[in-house]
Amino acid sequence: MAFYFVQFLTGLASAASLFLVASGLSIIFGVTRIVNFAHGAFYMLGAYVAFTLTERLSGALGFWGGIVVAALVVAVVGVIVEMVLLRRIYHAPELFQLLATFGLTLMVEDLVVLIWGPDDLLGRRAPGFKGAVDFFGQNIPTYDLFLIGLSPVVLGVLWLLFQRTRWGVLVRAATQDRDMVAALGVNQKWLFTSVFALGVFLAALGGALQIPRDAVHHALDLRIIVDVFVVVVIGGLGSIIGAFVAAVLVSELNAFGILIFPKISIILVFLVMAVVLIVRPWGLFGKPEAAARRTPGLTVNPWRPLTSNERWLAMAGLAVAAMLPLFAGNYALTVGSEIAIFVIFAASLHFLMSVGGLASFGHAAYFGLGAYGVAFLAKMAGLPMVVSLLVGPLLGLVGAAIFGFFAVQLSGVYFAMLTLAFAQIVWSIAFQWVTVTGGDNGILGVWPEKWAAGPASFYWLSLGVAAIAVAILRVIVFSPFGFALRATRDSLLRSEAIGINGKRVQWTAFVIAGTVAGFAGALFAYLKGSVFPDSLGISLSVDALVMVLLGGVETVSGAVVGAIVFKALNIWLVSQTDLSKLVLGGFVVLIVVAFPKGIVGVLETIRNRRKSSTSESSSKSSLATSRIETAE
Amino acid sequence: MSMVPTLLSVENLSKSYGGVHAVRSVSFALRAGEILALIGPNGAGKSTCFDMLNGQNTPDSGRINLLGEDTVGKKPRQVWRLGVGRTFQITATFPTMTVRENVQVALVSYGRQLFNLWGSTARYAREEAGRLLDLVGMGAYAGRPCGELAYGDLKRLELAIALANQPKLLLMDEPTAGMAPRERIELMRLTAQIAREKSIGVLFTEHDMDVVFEHADRILVLNRGSLIAEGTPEQVRGNPQVRAIYLGEGLVYDSRHREGAGA
Repeated sequence: MAFYFVQFLTGLASAASLFLVASGLSIIFGVTRIVNFAHGAFYMLGAYVAFTLTERLSGALGFWGGIVVAALVVAVVGVIVEMVLLRRIYHAPELFQLLATFGLTLMVEDLVVLIWGPDDLLGRRAPGFKGAVDFFGQNIPTYDLFLIGLSPVVLGVLWLLFQRTRWGVLVRAATQDRDMVAALGVNQKWLFTSVFALGVFLAALGGALQIPRDAVHHALDLRIIVDVFVVVVIGGLGSIIGAFVAAVLVSELNAFGILIFPKISIILVFLVMAVVLIVRPWGLFGKPEAAARRTPGLTVNPWRPLTSNERWLAMAGLAVAAMLPLFAGNYALTVGSEIAIFVIFAASLHFLMSVGGLASFGHAAYFGLGAYGVAFLAKMAGLPMVVSLLVGPLLGLVGAAIFGFFAVQLSGVYFAMLTLAFAQIVWSIAFQWVTVTGGDNGILGVWPEKWAAGPASFYWLSLGVAAIAVAILRVIVFSPFGFALRATRDSLLRSEAIGINGKRVQWTAFVIAGTVAGFAGALFAYLKGSVFPDSLGISLSVDALVMVLLGGVETVSGAVVGAIVFKALNIWLVSQTDLSKLVLGGFVVLIVVAFPKGIVGVLETIRNRRKSSTSESSSKSSLATSRIETAE
Repeated sequence: MSMVPTLLSVENLSKSYGGVHAVRSVSFALRAGEILALIGPNGAGKSTCFDMLNGQNTPDSGRINLLGEDTVGKKPRQVWRLGVGRTFQITATFPTMTVRENVQVALVSYGRQLFNLWGSTARYAREEAGRLLDLVGMGAYAGRPCGELAYGDLKRLELAIALANQPKLLLMDEPTAGMAPRERIELMRLTAQIAREKSIGVLFTEHDMDVVFEHADRILVLNRGSLIAEGTPEQVRGNPQVRAIYLGEGLVYDSRHREGAGA
């Protein structure tokens, strides 16, 4: 009995940091409507800065002062980020805000390694809280008791701040209607900046307070952000009390889940989240969003299928690509195969994002599931390659069918957070279920059969599958189903009013995208000869997002160009620098701020401008006259 | 009159939010080919009524019988399948598609081809879409991006979309709001003509009294959630309660109507 009680207290202590970070995320979202993916990075920075300060400063005052000063320092960094970056993208579509803050996260990950080194750092223990209390033979660290006491205090202070101060009233007003607050003469810029500073301060404080409990390392950010997303999805974005209750709930589930399912405790959290989403899609304490404001697109040019000339051009491009083995060496062919595989992967995400308007931040899950599917079939069942290649991706289909069902119940940022959380769950299963997946050691020896073993034949195989996949996706875009999917993206209200079951259409799209990604993963397993949890990882999901963005979200097949450019650049970059995440992150931020239409989008704009400059004058005037006629 | 079938009958429909009775015990019926206007001051409960008929909102009590089926608890898409077209107060269309494609999507849904992954939408029911656009006078705009249309044209496009499922009933929430006066008359004349030809029942809300009195066969007047009057335009115009509560005391009618009201 005492053991369970101690386990309960440990859970409560873990909830403290989670609550601090989640409440910060919620406060920022409430006012600025930005889901700050970089929140985990600020948490990690808080831990690193606190580590340095508490090492330098001595005594109890040095420690506690160091913690607070660290949080303040990181808050100042947050203010700079807000003023330099976020102010430029408050009116950009949600997806771009998510990606920009994700780019920041990548940059911070490399920066902390650059400054503090790659090794785990063990911090000082808190003065005054070094001991443990004995409870019927079980030890409870006094620092845990301190943390347990801290969260209600923080909750109370935040409540007072929002209810009893003028600033708090403005923040609550802006949470309800920021345009109205601006119309009343409040300086919105500084309100946003101060809110962002408070949110970052809370995240950094959460990180700083963890140093006596946990080693500081450069992967802390992703670990906390996934937990935080689960917390805000359960508690409801924008609700501080929701963040508190859900943080306690999630931490307790983790604490006790380890006792029940020692290997895959995260399943329990997932189940609870799934139940909450079905019963209250907006979270326990959240409010249903007043019909999500559709972020206006960047262009309104309707899509059209390729003209016959363009089709010939695409065929010619494919023919040129197919001739690569005639003059390229083995290394180039392997790179070529990898690029072809990523064209498939990026095209599948692009279909979901641009046609369906569903920005999945965990698309690698289905890529990885396809890869594992192939590995299971080839290695364990010993099936021939063709069968494995065709059946293995069905694991991606199954995963997409299960997770997609829950994900499409939500939209916008909730959808992004949930897909990311699902991908993380699949990753932890692959990582922790060692007996089946081999854990970190992966599954080795997934080699192609003789007919596809040579670099040239494998290249042709990958290229062929890529061409077929892209062609099929294009056909679907212009099929009745593709239009139904676009209809749900353009206007849910209208699509429901013409008999379209939006959720079922989106779910189908999710399954299609997941299955195609599964085929990419299946080829990838054969290309590498092995499967590791990395092929389910967040960084792969982000790569796919960047490829889509680089090619152009609002194009039909921009992802093909995006994947080729990105992958080539990436392979080259990794060979040139150790700081690939820093460069990549900077690149993402740059695209979002300076280049939001992507490569293909920019090309289309140029072409349209050129085309319309010749016919502009005549068509515009005829439109104007016909409008006048109807008005008469 | 009794030969014409009843399309829609509403009995004792009620809805309240907190303590506010948005709609209380409203009953009425609508026959095929009839144009019925639902009017009332702001906050009278018109939109709540509409949303309940459409399935976007569930009534607290009461019955809605649409073409012989009880629709309470049905979703908007299920109500649409019964043969109800709907236009919105603030237009809802698909801005990234062309005008023709907007109508084609509705036709795809009507033909139950939503999960057809392989066909070509461009060729699907192209003529039918063109006919519907011609019907509302939008044929010349078929290839234009919908996002470029002027507001009045969007309203006409919505009408074409609403006609795609060959509806027996049209629900139009302020069909002419935001349009120029001439466009309003034009659109309602068009709607009335289509309704008569195809024997479609039309229920619409409207603030412009010229439009209402010109085109409605019958008028329902809502005030604070309750139906306070019902009748032909002449009857409603002469109803002293309507004049007092809705039209206001200051309005002056010609002597004929005054006498009629006094009698």
